[in-house]
Amino acid sequence: MPRRALTGNEAMAEAMRQINPDVVAAYPITPATEIVQIFASFVSDGLVTTQFIPTESEHSAISACVGASAAGARVMTGTSSQGLALMHEVLYQAAGLRAPIVICEVNRSLSAPINIHCDHSDTMGSKEAGWIQIYAEDSQDAYDSVIQAIRIAETVFLPTMVSTDGFIISHCMQGVEILEDKQVQDFIGPHRSAYSLFGGAPITVGPLDLQDYYFEHRRQLMEAMNTSLTTLDAVNKEFKQKFGRGYDIIEEYKTEDADHIVMAMGSTCGTAKVAIDKMRAKGVKVGLIKLHVFRPFPHEQLKKALSKAKFVTVLDRSDTASSMGGPIFVETRAALYDQMPKILFADYIYGLGGRDIDIEEIATVIEKGEKMKLQGKVEKPLDYIGLRE
Amino acid sequence: MPNLKELSKNAGLFTGGHRACAGCGGTVVINQALCTAGKNTVVCFATGCMEVVTTIYPYTAWGLPYAHLGFENSAAIVSGVEATYKALKQKGQVKEDWNFIAFGGDGGTYDIGLQALSGAIERGHKFLYICYDNQAYMNTGIQRSSATPTGANTTTSPAGTKIQGKVQRRKNLTEIIAAHDTPYVAQANPAYWMDFTKKVEKALKTDGPSFINVLAPCPLGWGFSPNKTIEIGKLAAECKFWPMYEVENGKYTLTYKPKKEMKVEEWMKLQKRFSHLFKEGNKELLTNIQKDVDTKWETLLKKCE
Repeated sequence: MPRRALTGNEAMAEAMRQINPDVVAAYPITPATEIVQIFASFVSDGLVTTQFIPTESEHSAISACVGASAAGARVMTGTSSQGLALMHEVLYQAAGLRAPIVICEVNRSLSAPINIHCDHSDTMGSKEAGWIQIYAEDSQDAYDSVIQAIRIAETVFLPTMVSTDGFIISHCMQGVEILEDKQVQDFIGPHRSAYSLFGGAPITVGPLDLQDYYFEHRRQLMEAMNTSLTTLDAVNKEFKQKFGRGYDIIEEYKTEDADHIVMAMGSTCGTAKVAIDKMRAKGVKVGLIKLHVFRPFPHEQLKKALSKAKFVTVLDRSDTASSMGGPIFVETRAALYDQMPKILFADYIYGLGGRDIDIEEIATVIEKGEKMKLQGKVEKPLDYIGLRE
Repeated sequence: MPNLKELSKNAGLFTGGHRACAGCGGTVVINQALCTAGKNTVVCFATGCMEVVTTIYPYTAWGLPYAHLGFENSAAIVSGVEATYKALKQKGQVKEDWNFIAFGGDGGTYDIGLQALSGAIERGHKFLYICYDNQAYMNTGIQRSSATPTGANTTTSPAGTKIQGKVQRRKNLTEIIAAHDTPYVAQANPAYWMDFTKKVEKALKTDGPSFINVLAPCPLGWGFSPNKTIEIGKLAAECKFWPMYEVENGKYTLTYKPKKEMKVEEWMKLQKRFSHLFKEGNKELLTNIQKDVDTKWETLLKKCE
């Protein structure tokens, strides 16, 4: 398998080239611009047969994607931050119309103040939109997950976004194993959609759905989301079996004998693994759960994985403005409410606007957690890492 | 051009039984357009009156493929549909030729959807955009839009004791679209069905984007009896308020010349939305409206020379 030095953006663009979608509609935005830019050069050089629509905004980009998907096309786009925020209302339309679009997303903070660097506020802002959300740890993960996302989206008819941490993954070079074009095409198979405007029958897409039907249609969407975990798992297993690597919905690292679990998403998981090794060398029984999929939220998997934990340290790269903590914390704690015996939780918001997090900082919060575990009490359920106060 | 008998063969593409108001001008616009376009047409629609009344689930008035997403994005949706058509045709998965028509009201076109429309036209997609201009946000209950004429009473430009309806002038959308160097641009009126039919035909034959702005008289919003829709439409052309013309690759042609001199206030008198302008003390407003109509007409005639 050829190995190439690629940035996260290059890896995602390469996956898009191999997927060769029917339609790509996109608009540039830092730090996702390169994905669109590289793809545009594939179009210009005839390396793909895609109809490329360089729209005048992200709102139109995703609207064109939904139109294309309704017409029966395999559709992809790329965006980040304000771009995803501008797409917001159409994200709901895409999910409601069961359009299996795949977005290559690059995580970036939301304005104001304006900032171009990584945090998860953008995708967390659309976590209720009905999209499957996959968070990559590195470029290899991003490349593989984009390919898997096509299969997943077109099996459950739900739009899917795969995101990488802005600049940290999107612009950093890494050795990435690239599949053969044919392997990718064979894996994704021919495009599947639930309906098509060119399908023969004169269908009406997006009718007015009032009190008598809307509820049932939304319930169907939620059911598709609930059952998509099975598909996510099956597609990953097949990928693993064919290509020797894969990404479980939740990845457990040194959790077997751990009574203290750190939870994180994205590139921070790599740093956290080193911090865990360091603490383990000191005799601390700590492990990591990497959440690879945030939507649907894998609550049953987490219940199982955290069944032996006494203490959970959550690292959240965004806040919910609820004063309750970050989204991973809030949802994980809700999922485990019925769990006995009681697990203590501490949440740390970190890395907003691209602020770095290092091994020492993670080791420090693990130590703090160990103390709280012994005391049997959490003094500050919500705290911050690397923040001047 | 197809004759009436031929056009009537496509009458079922937009069926009756929908829930539009009696005398709705918008439905006449749609019906005339689709009779001309025929069954191999995909329609993309912006949120608005016509979308609401024609697609209440599980019913639909559309006998051809139709897609609606939101208020401001019908031109963006049609971009994606047209691009898909090209992609699937290239693969041999779609064999027949198709037309693409995006519809929007004046709210969805002059205002919230203008950016998406501008973008889609600049990108050169082969589609026809039809704006059914009923001159206010009728779907939400008659609020002013940038298409609402000066002086009109709407719920957000109400005729009060100090302010006499909409103060501002209307946006000249047709000229804005013509300024995109759009290959085919026209203004039409359902009261002149033959003129409109010819324009739809020309637009669909255009190799690139085309745009037709069609006046859609609204009995409820304008305040006239539902049996007067076509008459109100006719008089809008006669008084030069709504000139009918086309711009083909930059060349302006007047497609209808009013038969007699008629003041715009003669047309306005027939509509309740302007009734306050005929009260004492508002004569100057009427004079200014007439001046504005005259100036625009003269400017248009010069372009048509």
